[in-house]
Amino acid sequence: MRKALAVGRKEFWQIVRDRRTLLILLFVPAFFLMLYGYALNFDIRHVRLAVMDREHNADSRDLLASFVNSTYFDIVATPTSMAEIERMMNTGEIRAALVIPEGMSRDLRTGHTAYVQVLINGDNANTATTVYGYAQAIVRGVSAQLQLQLVGGRGFAPPIMMEPRIWYNPELQSTLFLVPGLIGFIVMISSVVSTSLSIVREKERGTWEQVRMAPISTVSYVVGKTIPYFFISLVSAFLIIGAAMLLFELPVRGSWLLLLFGASIFIIGALGTGLLVSTLVDSQALAFLISLLISLLPTFILSGFIFPIASMPAPIRVITYGVPARYFLVILRGIVLKGLGFGMIADQFLALGVYSVVVLGLASVRLAKERG
Amino acid sequence: MPAVTVRDLTRRFGPFLAVDHVSFDVEQGEIFGFLGSNGAGKSTTIRMLCGLLKPSSGTATVGGIDVGRDPEGVKRRIGYMSQRFSLYELLTVEENITFFGGLYGLDDRTLAERRAFALDMAGLKGRERTLTRDLAGGWRQRLALGCAILHEPRILFLDEPTGGVDPVSRRQFWLLINRLSESGVTVFVTTHYLDEAEHCHRLALMHSGRIAALGTVSELKNVFAKRAVVEVRTASPMEAVRALDDLPSVEKTSLFGTALHVWLRPGQRATEPLRERLDGLGIHAESLEFVQPSLEDVFMDVVERAGGTAA
Ligand SMILES: Nc1ncnc2c1ncn2[C@@H]1O[C@H](COP(=O)(O)OP(=O)(O)OP(=O)(O)O)[C@@H](O)[C@H]1O
Ligand SMILES: [Mg+2]
Repeated sequence: MRKALAVGRKEFWQIVRDRRTLLILLFVPAFFLMLYGYALNFDIRHVRLAVMDREHNADSRDLLASFVNSTYFDIVATPTSMAEIERMMNTGEIRAALVIPEGMSRDLRTGHTAYVQVLINGDNANTATTVYGYAQAIVRGVSAQLQLQLVGGRGFAPPIMMEPRIWYNPELQSTLFLVPGLIGFIVMISSVVSTSLSIVREKERGTWEQVRMAPISTVSYVVGKTIPYFFISLVSAFLIIGAAMLLFELPVRGSWLLLLFGASIFIIGALGTGLLVSTLVDSQALAFLISLLISLLPTFILSGFIFPIASMPAPIRVITYGVPARYFLVILRGIVLKGLGFGMIADQFLALGVYSVVVLGLASVRLAKERG
Repeated sequence: MPAVTVRDLTRRFGPFLAVDHVSFDVEQGEIFGFLGSNGAGKSTTIRMLCGLLKPSSGTATVGGIDVGRDPEGVKRRIGYMSQRFSLYELLTVEENITFFGGLYGLDDRTLAERRAFALDMAGLKGRERTLTRDLAGGWRQRLALGCAILHEPRILFLDEPTGGVDPVSRRQFWLLINRLSESGVTVFVTTHYLDEAEHCHRLALMHSGRIAALGTVSELKNVFAKRAVVEVRTASPMEAVRALDDLPSVEKTSLFGTALHVWLRPGQRATEPLRERLDGLGIHAESLEFVQPSLEDVFMDVVERAGGTAA
């Protein structure tokens, strides 16, 4: 342990003096933040919708049919209470819910306006905005048709109006959605890229061979080397959360301790990934490329950071199960935006844990081999 | 008991034989030089002896320990300086020393003592806070040596420690090696430089993975003592080589910069036939005289007989 600490101290000084690494850690995330600002509007289809139809007549069925025929929505559940809707929304089973109130037809035909509720999960502001737009368009379409059909019986008040409810992120602030993704992203950079580069750099420079001569086990060495990265990643993750709380009024609705726990497992998995890369290659350029391919890009594209996983084609969706950030984002958004407790997201913790164990196992097998 | 015993040590990389059945002993306190051109297999041998690389076959014991069986035991007892510069450039002089001391598990008191020793040895007292990156080559090398012996190993392996260092620094470095040897440390050192070989008690000439010759410097030279080598100075050495090569009394010729070394066949000692042939072809020779074969002659000869060319 003393030896591992000696290694950790050395690594820390190296990081502090290596301006390039620090710059990468600080500016790359900012760069992606800007990039995100220009992000396009994504075409979203097959949004998982729950329907609670309290009217059960021809009018309500017509409205439902319009939702289904648009192909933007798939009706995946028909809950019977608000509590049930809330549960489904929490677990991510559904992204939106349509509530048709009792008495809709009567309101329609008596010249009143009937209000249908559309509940949308707002944690992903981008998706939520789009979903909101689709729902609005469908309701307006139906409403316009009804207006023609019923023209004799009523004035100019629209027959149906949509009453939107955005959950978790009522103002649809994209930052709120972005910050958890950004945290996952930064942690991935500082962990995977820096770990793999720092070991491969030692191989390239020749210090690795010198260190292998010392009576220290590879495991102690590697543990010592990754300690500083672990803490730096953890600190930077919480700095971003702090900054987002100050600047964007990011709420942290859940437990800080749980947040710390989730971030730690995620970071350990990321460090393991970096280690694994470093055991596979001998040049920094290659290490950087591979790190990029297996961590940065998937974290950006396949984790649900920007593109919702649910709207990906099935084969791609399968791949996302191997992307640790996928689970981490659910954990983060769950804790920060929804205030979920451990029980609601235990499966995500488990998946992250499995990922870390597998990656670390592979890396230590490779390291042991390299020694021979 | 010898400090290092090597028997039939062999290492293959795929079908390629990098080290081919090498055997030798190194005595305690000896400076043992490993001389050879690029790719001769010097580093591969050293890395096997240090337990960094598994031998394909053969055995080696270092400090009485079988490297194949207990590489970790060997690592604890030896010091090693790899061919490449092995310090952290972004750490200060002192931080490097502290780091390597920590790796070897030195306690605080020993570390303080050894730090002072290493700083003194490297001539870096008062520059503890300098970044290693900013040190000149000679200082870096001496600091690397200091870091390699913090744990006071009795056997030291140095792989081309003076590569890329100026001649003055090289001389200083060899003074340090001599001092270590005098204090009883066994030093196993590889080098490209023939002039450095003169510092070694014994030398092994390595070529294409084999030890082509082994002995003290004077023993190696003595192999050729009975042979006459004539040094010919001329303005047109290439023509001279062609003119002399097929003389019956000449075994072979080799170019040495501007001069030409002519090896006479055993028993031959006359320079007249050489002079006659050159004059006959109108090649002017400034001088023609017997010389003591240098280590370079020996090395060239060994390499040629092994059927290769020296780099
Ligand atoms: N890991 C390896 N895989 C394949 N071939 C290798 C490996 N290490 C060394 N070799 C080959 O083995 C031969 C001997 O290499 P080695 O490094 O021992 O030579 P050397 O005498 O130290 O040369 P130099 O003076 O350049 O340091 C070379 O041809 C080299 O290409
Ligand atoms: Mg070498």
